[in-house]
Amino acid sequence: MKYQTQKVALAYFACALALFAAQVTFGLVVGYIYVAPNFLSELLPFNIARMIHTNALVVWLLLGFFGAAYYLIPEEAERELESPTLAYVQLAILMVGASAAVVGYLFRVHEGREFLEQPLWVKLGIVVAALIFLYNISMTVLKGRKTAISNVLLIGLWGIALFFLFALYNPANLTIDKMYWWYVVHIWVEGVWELVMASILAFMMLKLTGVDREVIEKWLYVIVALALFTGLLGTGHHYYWIGTPGYWQWIGSVFSSLEVAPFFAMVVFTFVMVWKGRREHPNKAALLWALGCSTLAFFGAGVWGFLHTLAPINYYSHGTQITAAHGHLAFFGAYVCLNLAIMTYAIPYLRGREPYNQVLNMVSFWLMAGGMSFMTFTLTAAGTVQTHLQRVNGEAFMDVQDQLALFYWMRFGSGVVVVLGAVLFIYALAFPRAEIVSTGRAEPAPAE
Amino acid sequence: MSDGLTKSQARNIFYGGSIFFFVVFAGLTAHSHIYALGTSTNNDKLTESVERGKRVWEKHACVNCHTILGEGAYFAPEVGNVFFRYGGREDPAGAKEAIKTWMQSQPSGIEGRRQMPQFHLSEQELNDLADFFEWVAHINTQNWPPNDAG
Repeated sequence: MKYQTQKVALAYFACALALFAAQVTFGLVVGYIYVAPNFLSELLPFNIARMIHTNALVVWLLLGFFGAAYYLIPEEAERELESPTLAYVQLAILMVGASAAVVGYLFRVHEGREFLEQPLWVKLGIVVAALIFLYNISMTVLKGRKTAISNVLLIGLWGIALFFLFALYNPANLTIDKMYWWYVVHIWVEGVWELVMASILAFMMLKLTGVDREVIEKWLYVIVALALFTGLLGTGHHYYWIGTPGYWQWIGSVFSSLEVAPFFAMVVFTFVMVWKGRREHPNKAALLWALGCSTLAFFGAGVWGFLHTLAPINYYSHGTQITAAHGHLAFFGAYVCLNLAIMTYAIPYLRGREPYNQVLNMVSFWLMAGGMSFMTFTLTAAGTVQTHLQRVNGEAFMDVQDQLALFYWMRFGSGVVVVLGAVLFIYALAFPRAEIVSTGRAEPAPAE
Repeated sequence: MSDGLTKSQARNIFYGGSIFFFVVFAGLTAHSHIYALGTSTNNDKLTESVERGKRVWEKHACVNCHTILGEGAYFAPEVGNVFFRYGGREDPAGAKEAIKTWMQSQPSGIEGRRQMPQFHLSEQELNDLADFFEWVAHINTQNWPPNDAG
């Protein structure tokens, strides 16, 4: 840690991990309701539990992004943050809003559009917090050194705030409602969040591999160009069946197929940087998470996204467990891994230590990555069967669901593994022990 | 990466291209907006009752179990075409009554069966919700879903 004010990142990461724990706990509850539908059916109905599962996810990922920005912007700008006090105020607003929202949900206080269930006052609080954040970060960058990494990160974060404003618009016409709802949901996760992802990965590659900044930043611009060139019109793959014109089937199919490109570029980028890099960085766990992030994002967002993005296929698979499979691995690979990577990298510095608990941390990676992959495979199988029985044969929804019980049991099992991994990860970061993976023997064995 | 491309060139391509694609996207959105109001939805039949019905749908977070036009949770059946599934093509009044009766008879309490909560809707809320489902069923969705199962 080179700058004192970077320390605010630690508070953000701690809050993010607390909500991460809540997210996976409610995920387990939701997965259990699938196999035991009478579980808590009056006290905590499925819709409330799922709302907490998805909202906690989004909020903790955002807290992680904010923390990552507060950590890396001072190093990039080569100066202290404009105002650490404001950063803590922002965190307090977000945590009060998030906690109130979760408690409110349990008592049925919520709005009713998917992922945007927060009551209006919480939404306005998010806007205020975003303004504080953007002021703080932008001033730090403007008065300091300007790099491509901070530039792209800033554009991504400004985009998050601007496109969130569409959450405040809820017209009575369902088709219009859905069109602009996707302006928040799609343009976040398949647009501006990718800018945040690419810039944080670029920062980590810079620090972990020691490759020249010029090379890394050129890659960064190419990756984010690919992301927005494909991702903006790629929104069309959500405009197939909601009452929008037929031409979206062509535009959406073509551009969203190309959305694989930025994710593939990130895989190539991270692996080539590691091969080229000469730095032997002691934090092996952070490197594993960074490489895991680009790889699993490529499979979850890229490959599993392409699987059902072509309009003639999506006509049958739309809104089945195929979508759920894609959603889980895409969010985990791209954004969960990204956050856990930067936390694994930054938290030892923030606590003034050498990297610690490396093996535990890496075990947690394999538990979570394995669990999520298995969950994705089992939901893909469930979705394939469902698509055929329901969309081709025309069997009734609930009759089909009854035939999928085995897959839902396997999904629940994989969820247990993911939760174990999450607990282990939090433990590994929270309770330091002196343990790093020793590398480089005095006389390395010759290559074969 | 190729030496033929400098960092500032890559940056300019990113800026220029992103602005270009965003403008195209915004333009197509504007066209789709007009198309939705004038062609694909019955905006003239979007009564106060339909709008109130949409708010009932939102107030109880129905989308976190059901899907509507394929979007939502995947735990409970699609409702975009529930009006037709209940026979609304032949007998609109009967379909609405069936939807209302269904809502009032929940939860089933059957062991091992997914449970829909009892939302204690008033007579007017039930009518509004049924009107909303009827309106949604008539959106031109490019013939999605493939069949009445939704």
